[in-house]
Amino acid sequence: MTAMRYLPHTPEDIAAMLEAVEIESLEGLFAHIPENCRRKEALKIPEYLTEWELNDHMDTLAGSMAVSPEYKIFMGAGSYEHHTPSAVSFLLGRSEFVTAYTPYQPEVSQGTLQAIYEYQTLTSRLLGMEVANASQWDGASALAEAMLMAIRISRKKAVAVSSAIHPLYRRVLETYFEPTDFEIRELSYLSDGTTDLSPLKDMDDLGAVAVQSPNFLGCMENLGDIAQTLEGQKVLLVVCFSEPLAYGLYKSPGQCGADIACGEGQSLGIPRLFGGPALGMFATKMKYVRNMPGRLVGETVDLEGKRGHVLTLSTREQHIRREKATSNICTNNSLCALAAVMYMATLGGSGFKKLAQLNYDKTEYLKNALARAGFKLPFRQATFNEFVVKFPTGFKKTYRRLLKKKIIAGLPLVGFYPELKDHYLLCVTETITKADMDALIQEIEK
Amino acid sequence: MKDTAGTTGLIFNEPLLWEKGKKGRTAFSLPRRDVKEHPVDENLKGNGPDFPDLSEVDIVRHYIRLSQWNFSVDSGMYPLGSCTMKYNPKTNERQASQPGFALAHPLLPESLSQGVLKLMSEMERYLTEITGMDATTLQPAAGAQGELTGMLLFYAYHKSKAKPRSKILVPDTAHGTNPASASLCGYRPVLVKSNERGVLSPQAVDEAMDEDVAGIMVTNPNTLGLFEENIKAVADIVHAAGGLVYCDGANMNAVMGIVNMGDLGVDVLHLNLHKTFSSPHGGGGPGSGPVCVRKPLEPFLPVPRVVNKNGKYALSENFPDSIGKVHAFYGNVGVMIRAYSYILSMGPEGLKKASQLAVLNAAYIKENLKGTFHLPYNRPCMHECVFSDKLQEPYRVTTLDMVKRLMDYGFHPPTIYFPLVVPGAIMIEPTETESKEDIDLFIESMKAIAREAQENPELLHAAPQKTKRRRLDETSAARKPRLSG
Repeated sequence: MTAMRYLPHTPEDIAAMLEAVEIESLEGLFAHIPENCRRKEALKIPEYLTEWELNDHMDTLAGSMAVSPEYKIFMGAGSYEHHTPSAVSFLLGRSEFVTAYTPYQPEVSQGTLQAIYEYQTLTSRLLGMEVANASQWDGASALAEAMLMAIRISRKKAVAVSSAIHPLYRRVLETYFEPTDFEIRELSYLSDGTTDLSPLKDMDDLGAVAVQSPNFLGCMENLGDIAQTLEGQKVLLVVCFSEPLAYGLYKSPGQCGADIACGEGQSLGIPRLFGGPALGMFATKMKYVRNMPGRLVGETVDLEGKRGHVLTLSTREQHIRREKATSNICTNNSLCALAAVMYMATLGGSGFKKLAQLNYDKTEYLKNALARAGFKLPFRQATFNEFVVKFPTGFKKTYRRLLKKKIIAGLPLVGFYPELKDHYLLCVTETITKADMDALIQEIEK
Repeated sequence: MKDTAGTTGLIFNEPLLWEKGKKGRTAFSLPRRDVKEHPVDENLKGNGPDFPDLSEVDIVRHYIRLSQWNFSVDSGMYPLGSCTMKYNPKTNERQASQPGFALAHPLLPESLSQGVLKLMSEMERYLTEITGMDATTLQPAAGAQGELTGMLLFYAYHKSKAKPRSKILVPDTAHGTNPASASLCGYRPVLVKSNERGVLSPQAVDEAMDEDVAGIMVTNPNTLGLFEENIKAVADIVHAAGGLVYCDGANMNAVMGIVNMGDLGVDVLHLNLHKTFSSPHGGGGPGSGPVCVRKPLEPFLPVPRVVNKNGKYALSENFPDSIGKVHAFYGNVGVMIRAYSYILSMGPEGLKKASQLAVLNAAYIKENLKGTFHLPYNRPCMHECVFSDKLQEPYRVTTLDMVKRLMDYGFHPPTIYFPLVVPGAIMIEPTETESKEDIDLFIESMKAIAREAQENPELLHAAPQKTKRRRLDETSAARKPRLSG
């Protein structure tokens, strides 16, 4: 074969190294593997591509995908399009961040460590919590780990989960709970789009209650009321989210009394990338920190008394505690956490509020325009950048016609909520213009 | 010895984000407002987060300075054992950042997502072939989630046979994630000791095996860098008692095109795309932990699965025995794209060559350092070799001292104090992408440090000296945790 650009060994290097180890050929390096364990035939995968052939191939694959700006995508549902400043993409591409390992050796990892410490800090401030970890894999695994943590703390075996939590997060939670004897009880949603808490009074053995806010239907839960309902009981309030930009406008989970706040941080400067990698955000109260899953960076000093950062409280973790660890997580989504903190810092407190308000206002514009056009908005509760519309029966055909015009008119909800036939979840962010929204209405009315 | 890479130069101090900036600055170009402002529900309205306001220049300098405090593969050799810190090709980054992928919404109709579905389908096929297994899921987000998925598959399999089991055999050389993943799934890990050759003995497994053991978790090649030569006999024993064999494939970089895991009796195996298949580690992720299985386990794989219907790709939920979902969507697609790009760049011969050279590099290091450092298992190694600090004990120099000194020479330390079966372990995995010159320099540096240990141990106790920070006080960090500012 011709020389491969990632393999630096020349035939002379190989010969010299083989001589040093007193082995005759590269094959001979594997002679100690029992004969019946060795593969006889070559790998049946495609022949190698040159860089230029690869570019063509990948451009073809990528070119077949429907993306903005060619498509106008009014779909969120846990994956949001926001403008990402060039500075963020540029800085995130720095090799020193991208090609480093988990910062086990702090003296040569201060860049990652300080950045993650800053991520933990801004995340705590955003969610109104005392401590945030260095990341989970995604919003769904963050929720599953939050519920396991709540069970560890409360020593109860049942949790109540709102049906207005992202249906796909709930499915991951079910997978995590399947081999355990823990029970998930579902709380349905009310006609205003918020969670029905009335069954809680009859559940006396609960360890936690989980709601999402803004919830999957776009509605803000009345978190303060929920916290009040739970007051005095040893039930943890877990607040989940898929769109943390909402906390630029609305009260944070911590402000409303959450014990654990967890969810998806993709909307903070992370590309959609067909759903991953994204960012599991996870925060709690300091009194629960030793029950928390995931890595934590802490501040300390070096030999000369200078401020520095290290991975800490690792006695909770799998490499020390093994089967008694608070989680099995090892590699997390650190680079996504870095993207999120860069994004939060780029917006700043002032920018974050303004952007949240703009997302809200654009959404209100579309809600009002749809209502004026005679479409029903079934849920009265305040929303952030998503909301549900009930279109007339047979809207499916219109939806398909719009697809041909490169407009994605939201997500049909019937697949997730069979009772919500003809209901669609629409999303508007700052990337959608008034003209885009007017065009949507016009096309629907055609 | 020629000059080492480690030196000092002008390096900047940089405060924490909130110690700089001023209210009223911004680094963000706010999109034009084309709609009017609407009132917000007063009961729900908040004050927004307390973030610092910074300018774009503030932000750029902040992160450029921070980045300069990091060691990375792109700056030098990073021989962390079991982590496979190989070079991360730049073309992979180009491919993953194509707008068609980067902007793709995961819930679009399948007809509008054919490109990425095709990529995922082919990726599953390549990984199935490379491991010699029968089917693959790409959904797990990292190695540990792959392990959990594997344990959930075990659980579902035994449940389908109406014979739930409660224990898992885990060798003493296993990664800490193995017992943690097993226990998340409700299994009680039972330790199996490796023998004097550093591998599992069929007898030890036989003694631990019974009708309540769901299976065994083996790492092969194991964490001593040795091939588990009795793997087939071990698998036979486990299978005979109705158990299953899980292989932690974190060390697959040693055996691509050389060993078929399926032929060894492995039923379930996870891969780390961020190790073997060259996607960058990102300072701690994102990774991707695909799971490959033999036929009998396939019905239980996570959903949705990519299927091909008349030449069109689709996502199917129609697998009634599936364990369900482990990721909100389909896993870390961005990582899959990079790994796919790597596999296509290497081709079948390139992958095999990579494994051969990874083993050659490790064998060469082992051969050259074995007089200098204690080698607890003097046997043919695979992609990594494990030494200890036993020969340096008389000088009161530890593994920690030596690897901290290695930083001053311009190398990232190897993995240390792991595996636990070797006290003071120094676990070196050079990978195939390091050249002979760089490896020679690494060997020379290690030898120089061993000499320093004898002649000037204080130098090692005080190391590192050229880094941004000297040794950090980890004890007080844990005793009085300060986790946010």
